[in-house]
This record gives sequence, C-alpha cells and structure tokens, in this order.
Amino acid sequence: MNRTFAVKAIALTIWGLLLFSPFLFQEVRQVEVAARIAVFIVLVASYDLLIGYTGIVSFAHTMFFGFGAYGVAIAMKQGDNTWGFWILGTLAGVLVAAVVAVLIGLLSLRVKAIFFAMITLAAASVALVLASQLSGLTGGEDGITYRSPDVFKSANKLLTDEEGKVLRIAGVRMNGKIAAYYFVFFTCALMFWMMLRIVGSPLGTVLKAIRENEARTEGIGYRVVAYRTAVFVIAATTAALAGAVYATWLKYTGPDTTLSFAIMIDILLMVVIGGMGTMWGAAIGATLMVLAQYYLRDLMEVAAAATEAIPLLPVLLSPDRWLLWLGIIFILLVYFFPAGIAGTIIRGRKS
Amino acid sequence: MSLLQIKNMDVSIGQYSVLHEVTFDVPEGGVFVLLGRNGAGKTTTLRSIMGLWDRPIGSVTFRGEDISALHTSDIAKKGIAFVPENMGIFGGLTVAENMVLATTSGKFDQTRLTRVYELFPALEQFWDKQAWSLSGGQKQMLAVARAIIEPRDLILIDEPTKGLAPSIISAMGESFREISETTTILLVEQNFAFAKSLGRDMAVLDDGKVVHTGSMADFAADTALQDRLLSLSMEAS
Amino acid sequence: MNIVERFGGVFLLPVAIAIIAFVLIGAPSSWLTLTVAGLAMGMMLFLMASGLSLVFGLMDVLNFGHSAFVSFGAFVAASVLAYFGGWLGSDSIVLNIMALVFAISAAIVFGAALGWFFERVIIKPVYSDHLRQILITMGALIVAEQLILATWGGTPTNVPRPQFLEGTIIVGGSSLEVYRLFAFVVGALVYAGLYLLLNKTRMGLLIRAGVENREMVEALGFRIDRLFIGVFMLGSGLAAMGGAMWAGYETLITPALGAEMMVIVFIVVIIGGLGSIQGTLLGAIMVALMQNYVGYLSPKLALASNMLLMMAILLWRPYGLAPAVK
Repeated sequence: MNRTFAVKAIALTIWGLLLFSPFLFQEVRQVEVAARIAVFIVLVASYDLLIGYTGIVSFAHTMFFGFGAYGVAIAMKQGDNTWGFWILGTLAGVLVAAVVAVLIGLLSLRVKAIFFAMITLAAASVALVLASQLSGLTGGEDGITYRSPDVFKSANKLLTDEEGKVLRIAGVRMNGKIAAYYFVFFTCALMFWMMLRIVGSPLGTVLKAIRENEARTEGIGYRVVAYRTAVFVIAATTAALAGAVYATWLKYTGPDTTLSFAIMIDILLMVVIGGMGTMWGAAIGATLMVLAQYYLRDLMEVAAAATEAIPLLPVLLSPDRWLLWLGIIFILLVYFFPAGIAGTIIRGRKS
Repeated sequence: MSLLQIKNMDVSIGQYSVLHEVTFDVPEGGVFVLLGRNGAGKTTTLRSIMGLWDRPIGSVTFRGEDISALHTSDIAKKGIAFVPENMGIFGGLTVAENMVLATTSGKFDQTRLTRVYELFPALEQFWDKQAWSLSGGQKQMLAVARAIIEPRDLILIDEPTKGLAPSIISAMGESFREISETTTILLVEQNFAFAKSLGRDMAVLDDGKVVHTGSMADFAADTALQDRLLSLSMEAS
Repeated sequence: MNIVERFGGVFLLPVAIAIIAFVLIGAPSSWLTLTVAGLAMGMMLFLMASGLSLVFGLMDVLNFGHSAFVSFGAFVAASVLAYFGGWLGSDSIVLNIMALVFAISAAIVFGAALGWFFERVIIKPVYSDHLRQILITMGALIVAEQLILATWGGTPTNVPRPQFLEGTIIVGGSSLEVYRLFAFVVGALVYAGLYLLLNKTRMGLLIRAGVENREMVEALGFRIDRLFIGVFMLGSGLAAMGGAMWAGYETLITPALGAEMMVIVFIVVIIGGLGSIQGTLLGAIMVALMQNYVGYLSPKLALASNMLLMMAILLWRPYGLAPAVK
C-alpha cells in the first residue's frame, strides 16, 4: 500500500512542478520542456492503456498523435486562427483517428497480437509517407507553420498593471504565452485524470482480465475483440487530442514533431522506463525521457569532446549516436526491469 | 517392479493448483486406465509425464530412472510414445511423412510396417494423401500407428474415442488390445464402457487428486464405488 | 470455384493482377518492363521475407529486427564490391563473377553470424513472451541501425555493379535491365533450393512438421530448439543476401534501407501467411507487382496500394493467403 503511495507521490510531485513551472523555471527552453512533458505524459498514458492494461502492442500511436496535430494545423492554416477552426480541426483529427482505429481494430485484433503489431507498423509508415507526399495539404517534409488562437499571442496582455503594461507576478509576465502554457497543462491534466478514471472503472477490470487470460475472459462471456477495439479507439482519440494540444502549443506541425518513428520509440521507452500497466508510471517515464532528451545530449557532447584523443569512443559518444545508447538501455530495461520504475517500486525488491 | 511410477506430482498455473500430490504406479504390460471427469487433471498428468509442462514438481520414474527433469525429446527416446488428445497429426504432411517422422532412422522396419497395415488398413490406402484429408477415426489410427512403428515400452494415449462413431471405437478397442500384448498402454478415457473393456489396472483422478487405485475388475464390479467416483462427478461436470 | 482451385487457387492472384494491369496500362512494352521489374523485386523480397516467415512458424518468434539483416547484407556487399572495384570494371567475366560471388557470400556469412548472435543473445531469453519479444527485437533494430550509421555514415553509399550486369536488352520493343533478369534468376534458384530442402530432406520434413506442431515433433524424439538456431541463421543469411541483391538493384543505399524494407517485408508475410515459403513467395510477387504497376499508373499511391491490398486480403483471409497448416 505504502509503495503504491510512493509512486503516486512522485507522479503528483511531477504534476505539481508542472503546475508551477512557469514560475519556477523561467527560461524559455525550460517552459518548452515542461509543456512537452505534460503532453507526453498523456500520450504515454494513453499508450499504456494498450500495452500495459490490455497487452496489445501498437506501433501506430504517433500516427494518431499526428492526426490530431495535423487536424489543427491544416484547419488553422487553411482557415484562420480562430477557436472555431481550432475546434473543427481537433474534431476532424479525432474523428479520423477513431475511424482508422476501428478499422484496424476490427481487422486485426481478432488474430494474433503479432499481426496487430505488424499491421499498425505498416499503417503508421503509410501515414508518414502520405504526410510527406501530400505536400499541398501537409507541407510535406517541411511541415506547416501557422498562428495559434489570438489569446496565446505573446503580445496579448492577460493582466495589466496601472500603467497598462503586462503585469508581472513573481517576475513572470502574464501574457499570452502563459495562457498557452496553462491551456496545455490543464487539458493534459484533465485527460490524465480521465484515463485514471477509465482504468479504475469496471472497464479497466475487464481489460486486466483479458490481459491475464484471454480465453477465460471470453469464456465468461466478454467479447474480447469488442473490448480491445474499444480501448484501441479510446487510446487513439486521446493521442489525437494530445496531438491537437501539442500543435496549438508549438504553432508548427511536421513529420518530426508528430508522426516520425523516432517519437514512437520515445513513447515505447517512456512506457517501459516508467512501468507498463501503471498510469502513474507513465508520468515518471515521460518526465525522465524528456529531460534526458533535452539535457543528456549536451552531456554526450561534452563527453565526446573530452575523449577526443581516444579512438572510437568519441564516435560512439557523439550526440548523433544518442539513439544507439537509448536502444541499448531499452533492451537492458526490458530484460532486467520489465516492470519499470513504478512497477519495481510497487513490488519492492524480490526476496 | 512397476514400469512407471509417479510420486507426489504437483502442477499449478499461477495460484491454481491443477494436480496435487498425484501418485500412482503403472505396472508393465496391459492397459492402465486413468479415469475422471473433465478438468480432473488427466491430460495434465500425461503432458507432465511427457515433459510438456514447464515445471512439474515431484518424480516420474521410468524403469527405475527419474525422467522428470529430461527434455521431451529425451523422454521419447527412452521409449515412451505420446498420442495427445488433439492427435498431433501433421496435416500438411502426407501419411507417409507422418510415419517417417516417427522413426528414428528415417527407415521403416518392414515387419512393423506390415503389422501397422494389418491393424489399420486405411493408412495403407491413403499412404500418399495429406493427413488433413483423413477422417477423424483415420487420424486417430495414424496417431496410434506413429506410436507403434518403432518398438516402445509405453504409450500414453489421451481420449482416443472422443468424437468417434461407435463402430470405429470398437475397432479401435480391438487394435489397442492387440498392441497391449507387447506394449504397455496408459490410457486416459471418459468412455467408461471402452475403458472397462480394456483396462487391467486403473486410477481415478478428481480435482487434481488421485481418489482411487486398483484393478479394473474390482472397480467394474463395485457399482456403488463407480457411482460415487464417476456418476457424481459426471453430473458435476 | 473448383476449377480455380485445380489451376492453383490463390496462386493465380499474381496472374490476375498482371492481367488487370495489362488492361490499365495499355502499352504492352511498358507492361513487360514493369512485369519483369516486379518479378525481380518480388524475388528479392522473397529472399528477405522467407526467413522471417519460417522462424515465426517454427518457434512462434517474431523478430522485428529482421530487417537489420537486410541492411547489413546490403552494406557489407557494397563494401566488398567497392574493394574489388578493379575486378568489376574489368572485361573479364570471370573476375566480374568472382567479385560478385565474394560480395554475396560475405553478406550471407555476415547475416548468418549476426543471426546466431540475435538468436542466442537477444531472443532466447524471451521465447514465448511476445510482448517483450517485440520490444526487445525492436530495440535491437534501433541499435543495429545506429551501428550502420556509425560505420558507413549517413550519406548515401554508392554500390558498384559488375560490368556484365550493366545495361539492358531489348525484347519485343521493351527494354529489360540485365540486373533485374539476374535478380529474378538468382531468386528463383534460391526458391528451388529451399523447396528441395524442405520437401526432399529429412531436415526439411522436421522443419515443416515443427512449423505445424512443435510439441509433437519433440514428443517424437527430436530437439526443435537445435533445429531452430539453424533455421534462424539460414533465414538471416537469406535476408542479408536479399539485402545484397537489393543494394545492387538500387545502386545507392542509405542506412534507412532496413526500416523501409521492414514495412514491405511485413506486408509480404502478412499477405502470404506465416510459416510457408510458398505463401511468402506469393506475397512477395503480389506486393512487388502492385508496387511497380501502381508506381507507373499513379506514383503517389504505390505504398498505400500495398496497404490496401493487405487490408483486403486480411478481410478475406485473416491468416493470409497460404499459411502453414496449424
């Protein structure tokens, strides 16, 4: 009981830090990191609904993330930066995600888990190719730059002092940027809370039963395929919503920020590091990975420079080889800590 | 001395105990029948003997040697053949190929092959046909034929009569009787009439435990015992 | 329906695709060029995919890192060919062929060795745990790709071709690349070899039986796991060979090659059905023909067309067209 509490405490601390991060960490880059963490916690938690709670491996999560992001991006580029177009774009993205998820789910969730993994991988790569080929709509490899709703403009004064200038609270300007951050924070927190409700609901119990013993659950009278498809759709639409939020924050959408396979690998790593099958673990995994992405590369650069005289080492330590080390860490984690950080804390040491 | 001794065998899946301290001896020669209702643990017992279960606890002694830690293929080489409930036929292979696989050298001993043909004439007729095209009874014959094409000491057969027509079952019984003259058979069976006609010794499993052992003649005579061990449990299933 | 079955059943599908394409394309000479290109590509895809299919069938192991063998094969062959650059340009066909044989053999040996390492070190600890298997082999693919990047660099690598495989021949007004004909012949020979191995030898019999029912083969007294490592190495060697052939076909390769081929290889085995080389060949030929025809008719739809083909086939047959009997 205590151990579960410890995991929750860590995750809640992360959310707490995120809540106050504009005040705690005032550099532009630090706020970027905080927003990215919030979005990725949701993305990873929604992925964990699949891999951790239902035991199905999908490689199409970035595709759904991309649907939401491109929905907003295209609507705001083709239309204008009003909330009307924002809602239109978000709904379109979520709808496409839901339809595609239903199609893939009904088609392949009735056969082996491995087929599903392969099919989602194929679908994701087709989406990636389409995004770069339909450049009239998607901007191709370059992606789309657009304006977010006016409230989020840096020039927008949320609060003013007596002289009509932007009010500063604890040194932080109350402008559109801070509105944008809290838009990201609260939408993500809301989605995270909803997913917690889902896994705590009877649906969550059925999912766990499916993961533990599929045949038995089917035997009791649950339609396993229907449940799996339902979870897949929930995860997909949540990912699409997270994509829409992220696109609003970045004011740019391209293959590298949403669709690429590299992001899929990030999600996998986050879920494994945090611990599969624990929503709270998702928060821990996402935070660690995003921090590492932003700061560990700098460290590798230093290390590569320091070992310049030694053969081979600088090549392996160069920041470009970042993925090599991630891959190795990933393999070792899956071997030795399949339960991840949260799972290892909860279970405690093996006696 | 018994051919096969099973002592205190425990098997569990997760926290569910499937077999609990199962102990019985199979003497050499004849047919030994393992009875019990669905889910009593009969199939699990056979699979555990064959080494097809991850970690059974307890000992399996065959001709005085503990075989419980051996790999399935090595258990087979000791002279134990297995005819599983689903028959384990290779449907994409021909009848001939199925039979060749059951030989150690890849060549047939002609006298044994002739005997197989005599026991199961259908196999000779469909020798070059793919095995999936055989009828249920023919598949069962092929599965048994694979078990006797090489000299073996013990054959484990799991519910051979399941889903077969009565006429085929009686023919099957004839061939089992003939086989048991030279090879011991450990037979798992639900069909009590069939079991009664073949069995010399027997054991009854219920809920993962051995609840009765003895000779088939005694058991067949004691209808009260049958009622208690089988009828009751049959209803329960 | 029975008549269709008698003349090959699902194996007639590539013919149907070719006929439809013939009508849509209209120009026989273009059609012939595309068909030959498709058959050549199909044979190379078959080389890449056959191992994946057999390995899955035999041990229920799906190696997401399979395309690493393809990449390594391509790059090893490219390096060996570059090393024998002098022989390749020479007019002596013997030197040409020797350089080519060295390159392909090096790729196969490297692939098989890497396969041994993969099976023993990476996959063995996670037999029968699909979730971790998928994750770990995916991790291994990332590492392999990064190693290729570190070794050969990110810029495209040029692959020299032997002199005698350069150029085209003209048949009935369509120009056919010599290399494509060569790739087709090599692929067909390997298929024939595999077919003989699987259908005429005792080891092949064991493999086919093992794909259907591994437990029963063990209950008959054989060790599948020892057979499996051999099949795994054979499959990775063939994938590397496919990669080597593909490198010569493309003549310019990048480290992204593995990831690109992986998707196509998956589509091939899903369409064909896992566990049988006939199915894999069927899937490979269909995918390659589609890719070439659609690439000509409507270039932007090439990859998506294969995705649609896969979806359609899965709706019709959830386990693919010709899977091994299970």
